[in-house]
Amino acid sequence: MAAISRDDVAHLAKLARVEMTPDELDHMATELEDILGAVKRVQEVATAEIAPTSHPLAMTNIFREDVVRPSLTNEEALSGAPAKAEDRFKVPQILGEE
Amino acid sequence: MTLDYAGATTKYEPTLGLEVHVELNTKSKMFCGCATEFGAEPNTQTCPVCLGLPGALPVVNAKAIESSILIGLALNCSIAPYSRFARKNYFYPDMPKNFQTSQFDEPICVNGYLDVEIQTDEGQKVFRVEIERVHMEEDTGKSLHVGGATGRIHGAEYSLLDYNRAGIPLVEIVTRIVPGTGKYAPQVARAYVTELRDILRSLGVSDVKMEQGSLRCDANVSLAPIGSGKLGTRSETKNVNSLRSVERAVSGEIERQANRLEAGERIIQETRHFLEESGQTRPGRSKEQAEDYRYFPEPDLVPVTPDAKWIEELGTRIPEKPSVRRKRLQTQWNCPDKEMESLVNAELLDVVEETIKLGAEPTRARTWWLGEISRLANEKEVAPTSLITSKDVAEIIALIVGGDLTDKLARQVVEGVISGEGSASSVIEKRGLKVVSDDSALMTAIEAAIAAQPDTAERIRGGNIPAAGALIGAVMKATGGAADAAKVRELLLKHLGRG
Repeated sequence: MAAISRDDVAHLAKLARVEMTPDELDHMATELEDILGAVKRVQEVATAEIAPTSHPLAMTNIFREDVVRPSLTNEEALSGAPAKAEDRFKVPQILGEE
Repeated sequence: MTLDYAGATTKYEPTLGLEVHVELNTKSKMFCGCATEFGAEPNTQTCPVCLGLPGALPVVNAKAIESSILIGLALNCSIAPYSRFARKNYFYPDMPKNFQTSQFDEPICVNGYLDVEIQTDEGQKVFRVEIERVHMEEDTGKSLHVGGATGRIHGAEYSLLDYNRAGIPLVEIVTRIVPGTGKYAPQVARAYVTELRDILRSLGVSDVKMEQGSLRCDANVSLAPIGSGKLGTRSETKNVNSLRSVERAVSGEIERQANRLEAGERIIQETRHFLEESGQTRPGRSKEQAEDYRYFPEPDLVPVTPDAKWIEELGTRIPEKPSVRRKRLQTQWNCPDKEMESLVNAELLDVVEETIKLGAEPTRARTWWLGEISRLANEKEVAPTSLITSKDVAEIIALIVGGDLTDKLARQVVEGVISGEGSASSVIEKRGLKVVSDDSALMTAIEAAIAAQPDTAERIRGGNIPAAGALIGAVMKATGGAADAAKVRELLLKHLGRG
């Protein structure tokens, strides 16, 4: 795994819409580096005989029949929304001007 | 100097790649029981699962898996004995979960192909389009961008989200790059999407309505100088909403890229939007790198491991390839190219085949469906098949062939059936529409016509045969069109000593 650069952090911050000062970027790059170091130690323990786990239980093929069940009402669906308009979820501007 | 399309393809070799998204026509969503009805009131088909509320547990729709395997089999793919879902994380509010459940490195179907045939300067030619993968995912919500001058996302003040569509099962079919199409790249692209649409329709897994978005195509195009053996940088064109647009989008991109390269500019890897009116593309948001999606196996869903017996059973349900079927039917029916094309475009192939299976003579079956019935359907702005059944049409045709109905009477029967008077036989019965084949009944009408026009009758006796038209017309009128004109003529001339 390549080292986490300051540019990587800046790129992620931009994607996550998180504003970070130059100091914070430096700090975060170092901190992420430490976290990756810890993960690396865990990877040393993992052996070839153990398959990677994506689910705690060894189950497959859990399906449901194609049957319609009642949905939430519009009011219920929107009840947790910070903002709403015209029966829809209202979100701030997504992209700026081109 | 700008290059036109011919100039562009003389100098540059295009390479195609196509991604088709198909919304499956399941009744419920991919991971929850919400309905998938098109056009419902906003946010009335959502639940904690598709809204991504904490603690909700998705469960895979069995029908969606079945449809995906059917698609894979029809496209000559191998069905993966083990496949998993993955989270595709991205920063955009069209998925309330902040990720789309998709498949990444373990898709359900891989390594298939689809052969398409197009007309070239050297005649019909088959191009093999290799399918890299068919994977399952879920559709996103619909955004409405409010404010700003254009109604587009750029510069909008805010956006409104309807999550009814979020979570509807979606299958993505990805081709490998299609090399060697040369100047035929646009036609190959169109033929591929057409053939794919027909196959999906024949499988009954999707409504495949491009205009409603249940079938969507993204076209990847790159150019390299002919003979260079290299691959250029590609652009990906979205918003291609009809078969014709697929062709136009590809040729438009070839021209645009060729002219950039000619001007010494670089092609930027980006997503572009097709503009229906001009046939051109405009840049969209620049493509995020694949690793930005931070795919990882979906921990809430277990792997899919379809057993061989199930796959084998599904294999028996794959119908004949639509293009092969068209050729077979055309030969069987001895149908001219143009007419076959009309039948296909009007989506009348199935119903005509049914009508013929019920004993109708092929030429008449085609003519009635394409002619009178289609005309009435156009007037009412509905599908011809919603007006009348193949059984009624077959019955009417049998009566015409047997001499019991004239074409004119048959049209009245069709009209009666369409206006809800019952089946063909009950319309005939109620309206008394059978051909008057009883000679004595016809003779009464003939004698009445002669009595009404004695001069005309005299002229016919004297050898003026064409004058018979006036009397035949009078008889037809008197019987309300329920007589066979040839029969009337025969009886009339005989009666006047000219038979």
